[in-house]
Amino acid sequence: MNSKVFLPVYVLVTLGVTASCAGTPSVPVRTTGTQIIQPGAPGETAQAFDTAELEAIGGLSHSEADVRFMRGMIPHHGQALDMTALVPTRATTNGFRSMALRMQISQRDEIRLMERWLTEREEETPPTNAHRMMMAGDMVLMPGMLNAGQMEQLASATGQEFERLFLEFMIMHHEGALTMVQTLFNSSGAGQESLIFKFATDVDADQTIEILRMRRMLEERR
Amino acid sequence: MILEQISGFTHRGTALVMMLVMTASLIGGFSETNAQQVTPDSVTPAPLFTWDPNDPRLELGAGWMNAESAIRGLEQVSAIPRPDGFFNPATPDDGRFSNTDLAFQGQYLYQGNYNGFQIYDLDDPNTPMLALSVVCPGGQGDVSVYGSLVFMSAQETRGRLDCGIEGVADSISAERMRGVRIFDVSDLSNPMQVAAIQSCRGSHTHTLVVDPDDSENVYVYIQGTSSVRPTEELPGCSGGEPDEDPNTALFRIEVVRVPLDAPEDAEIVSMPRIFADAESGNIAGLWAGGDHGTGTQDTRRTHQCHDITVYPEIGLAAGACSGNGILLDISDVVNPRRIDEVLDPNFAYWHSATFNNGGTKVVFTDEWGGGGQARCRASDPPTWGANAIFTIEDGEMTLGGYYKLPVPQTETENCVAHNGSIIPVPGRDLMVQAWYQGGLSIMDFTDPENAFEVAFFDRGPLSAEALFTGGYWSTYWHNGRIYGAEISRGIDVFRLTPTEHLSQAEIDAAELIQIDQFNAQMQPLTIWPAVVPVARAYLDQLVRGNGILNDRVPDVGNILDRAERGTATAMQLAEVAAQLDQDVTAIRAGTLGGDAERLSTLAELLRNLGG
Repeated sequence: MNSKVFLPVYVLVTLGVTASCAGTPSVPVRTTGTQIIQPGAPGETAQAFDTAELEAIGGLSHSEADVRFMRGMIPHHGQALDMTALVPTRATTNGFRSMALRMQISQRDEIRLMERWLTEREEETPPTNAHRMMMAGDMVLMPGMLNAGQMEQLASATGQEFERLFLEFMIMHHEGALTMVQTLFNSSGAGQESLIFKFATDVDADQTIEILRMRRMLEERR
Repeated sequence: MILEQISGFTHRGTALVMMLVMTASLIGGFSETNAQQVTPDSVTPAPLFTWDPNDPRLELGAGWMNAESAIRGLEQVSAIPRPDGFFNPATPDDGRFSNTDLAFQGQYLYQGNYNGFQIYDLDDPNTPMLALSVVCPGGQGDVSVYGSLVFMSAQETRGRLDCGIEGVADSISAERMRGVRIFDVSDLSNPMQVAAIQSCRGSHTHTLVVDPDDSENVYVYIQGTSSVRPTEELPGCSGGEPDEDPNTALFRIEVVRVPLDAPEDAEIVSMPRIFADAESGNIAGLWAGGDHGTGTQDTRRTHQCHDITVYPEIGLAAGACSGNGILLDISDVVNPRRIDEVLDPNFAYWHSATFNNGGTKVVFTDEWGGGGQARCRASDPPTWGANAIFTIEDGEMTLGGYYKLPVPQTETENCVAHNGSIIPVPGRDLMVQAWYQGGLSIMDFTDPENAFEVAFFDRGPLSAEALFTGGYWSTYWHNGRIYGAEISRGIDVFRLTPTEHLSQAEIDAAELIQIDQFNAQMQPLTIWPAVVPVARAYLDQLVRGNGILNDRVPDVGNILDRAERGTATAMQLAEVAAQLDQDVTAIRAGTLGGDAERLSTLAELLRNLGG
């Protein structure tokens, strides 16, 4: 690079937007003709960057492992919803119900996010009853998921016995999610896209904390 | 019903009804019959979210670059879309190209982006002109600047040492960069990466720190919040719990020393355990995570800081550290020492901090929902996802009150408290703040218990159908303008306009303050010169607050008019000042009502105007 790169840009100047009233400014003009520089590793010289290269990162955006992760996590979360749905009639304290409700809301939000992620990438979303198909043995259970017998055991428990069992199973379930995140990041080319990186990192952080909290609750019940 | 139990709300009118309806649809698993078993055991009701039904921000039309907008107390002077290479024309919601934080140096504005950063020329402060785009992906791309050095945060596993866009396929790789990059941009045609400081959790944000006693180095605090990478990639990294591994990369920050004459030699010089319990030495000494009782928020545990704001002139830093707000003594920059910590039952995630200019207050933000969720809905409590304003006295923080964007946003607008900075209006504490798709809001927190809105700008949602992540990441005051970094729409520039809440003199006094360099997480101390606009600002505040005798107002106004024309003598100025001093004495003796503090400041200003 030898030329200075002060290039003009077109800007929208929105003058005199009326105070206290909704208005619709005209559509700004995109900047054009911008020269872009890409530095090198520390100590190396920068190079001109061709925006056509950005097309290349379309291929980087997601990998097979990313898709496997998302497709597996949806039924994994789906089972958590089945588990938390048991709580209101079986738990003994409001505190326990609050915890389960929070878990339910966040897992539900995340299922929506994962489904949207897959849809936007034109990848197939798993059927809504995939977790039940897994429990029925029609599909392989994801790590940490309860089998049909364990789910039955949980559903038939009540009171303090239910709470203890719920905590044990949900800890196991969450630990499975951490394993899935680990597998994702250990896979070649996985977790490279900003959205899936953020999502997997959030799952890791949230569920680690929930595990710690559930362990404390379990201690209190022993 | 369930929601009452969850958040302790009772009898909250329409907002409550809407909230219950919306929540009921969210929580199908909890049936009506079950709910009847629940009895609230908390009696502290959260405050009711009320708003002006005529607020022009309600029901703005959606659109990417053509959304409707509403504005008050501000004039929008330009809107600069993201440049080529920094957006995906197909969608506003491509996280690889999100705009992030802003920094200012000399005539340049630095705009961070998940794909690198841009430098804009502010020769005309109203219309930033793109001077250079730099591609170097890694997220979040928060930037700070010191002279010709640019610091940028990288946290994602795709970040490459060589700024490549192709990512890093191997799960263990020497090509990966997660940490703080340092660029030298003294030659704009050849911005050189001079150092890449690798850290275990990468750098979600960072804070530039100048030590007033050290002119040879600057320092960077690294705040890592994402997963810890394997020791095979970066030796010594461990994400274990403290009882398993006392050397865990959790529960610490990293401090980088950057020699100014050899920035390539920058290195991590300490990894302070700022959450340690002073007595037991337990490094996990603060909030362990969880709620604070029925009806309270679920707060993250304190094993990281999201952001630290330093204020070198007063030797303090405020850390927004996931589960706590903390105060640090940074007189020894390399070894910050925690001197106080606070908890808040309404906070989900302590996100950022801003001191007032006097260093007597600190505003902490709660990024409930992480920034990607709609948390300013009519159904959301006004104390959740809000600012909490604390006073600081003798190194101890005490809660004053809360402030949240005072108008609801839709389900498709991600919205929660985010980054802002102080507007230097003398005599008041004003902060301009980003609320993602909630737009920007200027908050007066002079009285921490009664913070209120002074001005705003808001656009309709990016989409009426889908929740795309967008809106303002940061809105900062710099040299008389407000610059807003919009995640998916680019940079907006605003000027203040007078309203009942802010006079032209107050705006003039704020616009007087010109500084060469501004990084929001390293707050500068503002000292206003003794000039007429500053005196007028105080006079306006005294009149607005009924803090001055009516008889005095024309006297002060006249003398200031004359001072402006250069026809006021020192003696005349001193005479008016003496009248004000008399009033101050009377007020302090309890024989007169009024605002002794501002009157006394105004009297002092008048005397100084006299030379």
